[in-house]
Amino acid sequence: MPIRTEPMTVNVGPQHPSTHGVFRLRITFDGEEILEVEPILGYLHRGSEKLAEERNYVQVVTLTDRLDYTSSMINNQAYCLAVEKLLGVEPPLRAKFLRTLVAELQRIASHLVAVGFFIQELGAFGTPLMYAFRSRERILDLFEMLCGARITVSYMRPGGVFADAPPDFWPALTQFMHDFAIEFNEFEQLLLENEILLVRTRGVSPLPPEMAINCSVSGPVLRASGVNWDWRKMDPYDAYDKVEFDVPVGSHWDNYDRFWVRMQEVRQSMRIIDQCVAQIEPGPVRLVDLPLVIRPEAGAEAYGRVEASKGELGFYLVSDGGIAPYRCKIRSPSLINLTVTEHLLVGWKLADMIVSLGSVDINMGEVDR
Amino acid sequence: MYGLAMAKGLMVTLKNLTKKPTTVQYPEERVKQHPRFRGEEFVWYEERCTGCASCAKYCPLGIIKIVTSPSETAPKQGDKYRLEVFDIEIQRCMFCGLCVEACPYDCLFMGSGFEQGKYSRKDMVLHVEDLRQADKHPSTFFRPQLEASGYDPRGGRPLNWREVGRESWRWHQQEKSGLRLEHSPVDTAGSQQESN
Repeated sequence: MPIRTEPMTVNVGPQHPSTHGVFRLRITFDGEEILEVEPILGYLHRGSEKLAEERNYVQVVTLTDRLDYTSSMINNQAYCLAVEKLLGVEPPLRAKFLRTLVAELQRIASHLVAVGFFIQELGAFGTPLMYAFRSRERILDLFEMLCGARITVSYMRPGGVFADAPPDFWPALTQFMHDFAIEFNEFEQLLLENEILLVRTRGVSPLPPEMAINCSVSGPVLRASGVNWDWRKMDPYDAYDKVEFDVPVGSHWDNYDRFWVRMQEVRQSMRIIDQCVAQIEPGPVRLVDLPLVIRPEAGAEAYGRVEASKGELGFYLVSDGGIAPYRCKIRSPSLINLTVTEHLLVGWKLADMIVSLGSVDINMGEVDR
Repeated sequence: MYGLAMAKGLMVTLKNLTKKPTTVQYPEERVKQHPRFRGEEFVWYEERCTGCASCAKYCPLGIIKIVTSPSETAPKQGDKYRLEVFDIEIQRCMFCGLCVEACPYDCLFMGSGFEQGKYSRKDMVLHVEDLRQADKHPSTFFRPQLEASGYDPRGGRPLNWREVGRESWRWHQQEKSGLRLEHSPVDTAGSQQESN
């Protein structure tokens, strides 16, 4: 006669050390199997959209740093593109290349964090994460050279970037790209074919392409589900139409593919950076005729979007002719990628729960805003 | 063969075992800091400051408080105000550097420090006296003229107000030559901030 069991409800988070930030999941388990998932958000809500309505257009750049704090350069870029669209201006060519370059550096850093923590959640405490952070540290040093800060960069401004790279930036970047090629080869050698990793992630929590499209998932999660969709290709912004790169697409739709797509994207980012360094030419980096306090005409609306490291990041701005945006809507990829949580988790085991969540690579700063 | 990739991974570990560590023991050793680093301990030059409060208006958090009064000479156009209060609530500062970017007279600079622990919030506020008496080690953030001179705030000597800024302002020229602004009203109409 079987032992009588009953489902148990467990709260994961908001202070659980291995969830991504202050995120709470109320999960009902049957033994080890997940029956029900209820994500509960809002623990990191700061009201960024409302704050943006009370600050002028340049001051909002500092708020965007704090959305997805692992990819602040890309957030800056998305916001600045939106303001430029609102004003109908174009940044100078050198600024475009600099933006593309730092956005790709930031994408590498963000993917290294994602992959490092993904492996840590599988139980490999420390080692692969430290390999990833070793390289990320160097990227943050490069950002410090460019703009004086490592995480909250505020490097870009509507109409360009605030300053040109210092002369010692270029040799440091060349040295980094040389070292990183070796380090990333090591990282791949360590992980990519590892049997434990394959057993734990291959075939786990697949996300079919129809489901991904219907949930409007974007970024590496969408591409791992076999959909070839990348805003850098579909709607090239900044200097992405002047560089060549491939879009890696997964074939099994599972946790391993989401990890694999990120690893391949790092390779493509390295290609883009090399092309940017080869193509960049001296020139101005900021529109000089754009004043510090910008006043777009009343009624103007613009939506600026980029392919951020986690998906499509968009800023929708409405102007009423004042110095601050009338409305600033942020389309954050992490929040929308979270809509598939239930599909990814239900029916799978407790041990795969955090791994699947890590493979989506959410960032609570962006989910709650 | 099962375990082959794991052996490959272990080879990486072995290779890195013999390498030097990439970490440093922080309080004893420090990593090198770039001159452009945006740090605390704002550097402020009273001689250059006119009390225009551009920094206070441009601060996204509104943490700079400025109170001015007319100076002893008549406050003609272009004359400077006497600063009574210049408080920076540094405990709320996010070091975005927009105040430095907004300053048209090159009088406010970022600092280079990052270690400031105090026991109370009141102690965190930088008052005008603290700013006057502080050692001036300005960061080269948003100051291309300082960067071109190769100045490094960590380890460099303190700079005085004549060494840090651009010299395009007639008021400063006259202040330097000891003239007060009694006869020559300064033309402020064409004086937009120079872009870098």
